[in-house]
Amino acid sequence: MSKKLIDSGNAAAAMAVQLAAAEVIAAYPITPQTPLTEKLSELIAAGEMDAEYVAVESEHSALAVCIGAASAGVRPFTATSSNGLLYMSEQLHWAAGGRLPMVMCVVNRGIGAPWSVWNDHQDAISQRDTGWIQIFAKDHQEIVDMTLKAFRLAELVHIPVMVNYDGYYLSHTYMPFELPEAAEVRAFLPDYDYKHTLSPEHPESLNTVTLPDARNDINGVKQGSYMDIRHNLHQEMCLAMDVWEEIDADFQQRFGRGGAPILDPYCCDDAEFVVVAMGSIANQFRDVVDRLRQDDGLKIGVLALQMYRPFPIARIAEALQSFKGVMVCEKGLSYGNQGALYADLKSALYPYPARPRLHNFITGLGGREIRTDDLYLALKTACLQDDLTTPVQNDTPQWIGLQL
Amino acid sequence: MPDPRFKVLTSASTSGPGDAGRTGSWRVERPVIDYSRCTPAKSGKPSCHLCWLYCPDNVVSKAIEPTIDLEYCKGCGICAEECPVEAIKMVSEEEFIAGGNDE
Repeated sequence: MSKKLIDSGNAAAAMAVQLAAAEVIAAYPITPQTPLTEKLSELIAAGEMDAEYVAVESEHSALAVCIGAASAGVRPFTATSSNGLLYMSEQLHWAAGGRLPMVMCVVNRGIGAPWSVWNDHQDAISQRDTGWIQIFAKDHQEIVDMTLKAFRLAELVHIPVMVNYDGYYLSHTYMPFELPEAAEVRAFLPDYDYKHTLSPEHPESLNTVTLPDARNDINGVKQGSYMDIRHNLHQEMCLAMDVWEEIDADFQQRFGRGGAPILDPYCCDDAEFVVVAMGSIANQFRDVVDRLRQDDGLKIGVLALQMYRPFPIARIAEALQSFKGVMVCEKGLSYGNQGALYADLKSALYPYPARPRLHNFITGLGGREIRTDDLYLALKTACLQDDLTTPVQNDTPQWIGLQL
Repeated sequence: MPDPRFKVLTSASTSGPGDAGRTGSWRVERPVIDYSRCTPAKSGKPSCHLCWLYCPDNVVSKAIEPTIDLEYCKGCGICAEECPVEAIKMVSEEEFIAGGNDE
């Protein structure tokens, strides 16, 4: 029997990892991820989870242990936040380049300096080019479901997956969610089987030095070199979007939840305007959109982006091209340019002749309160601008909630 | 197991000479085996072979008289360091340049 409970987002993640039967947990505590790893260590100590908990001295080591575990054919898990994720950065590239399947929860938090322990998305956004798949959960149920699906995705496509959820907004708040039955999860997620599993019977060198050119191996078979291997990572990361959709369809059939694995639309069918966002703020926007529809008669919807890397270029462009206006609201940016998501989305729309007006909003950095009233005013103003006969394209990010 | 649509290219390979390319050109010193000291050569039996075991590039043959594939030997000197009877000496490549010593 599945079970329904009310608990924190971190506890939801820990119980999903327990259900996924991860075999090695290597993690270093950092706010706001700490309760997740504490919960896992408790489950292991109590004998409720058959896994090795490796208490490492740093996040760099945490991911190195996971890389070792995955190379030995063992299912690893780690989790971190903020500066901890950046401390892993070198190993992030290694895990992806080595095509080692693993899942990591990133409990999103702002990056110092100055110090902030509160939520934004700059940690994940800054690591978008590491070759990891990045998905964003909006609520506790999605944390559970995405984590389970992430293990299967990682192991099918041999690319590591980062499951992102908002620090405090999701990690520390309590919400109802459902945990599937362990036996059903086992049927959904078969044992991890790595084709290069290290073993004395089949000695192999993993991730050895590559020279600039492809060359023949000792058996005379032509082997790709760095550029070919990296090209393959890119191609297969893009293909992983299809696999993610297939996994979601299977998950939905088994557990009854899913159906929007990449783009999750709300009130978009008749909409002229749409706001695009990632993570819990996309749910907050549902209230804003309800009010704009009720009070102002504006036909507006929300499109939650569930998968940020690989970036669903064609899917998002198809979904957005017929709107009059698109507002991209994000909790991070590429400093000196624009919001990273905004720039990606704008680039995806470039080939389409009927392009919508675009607006970029930056909000909630370092945990600054995101007032629903402020979001309401920002969207309303943007919609009215787009309705002008000669709309002005404002390409610079507009900051919501500045206090200075 | 990866989905069959995925090739999963990596640099994983079975160890062997040439695993890191034609590394012979990296060599500054060349290992030279003195078979009058070498244990398997002296005994005529397949024994010792620590040079074969320790070579990081698998370029030493496990033969009664071990040989070294100079196409790939990068001259690291580990075999000379490990040889228990000091049968392997590292000799400067300059010594092997044709006519180099005579001029």
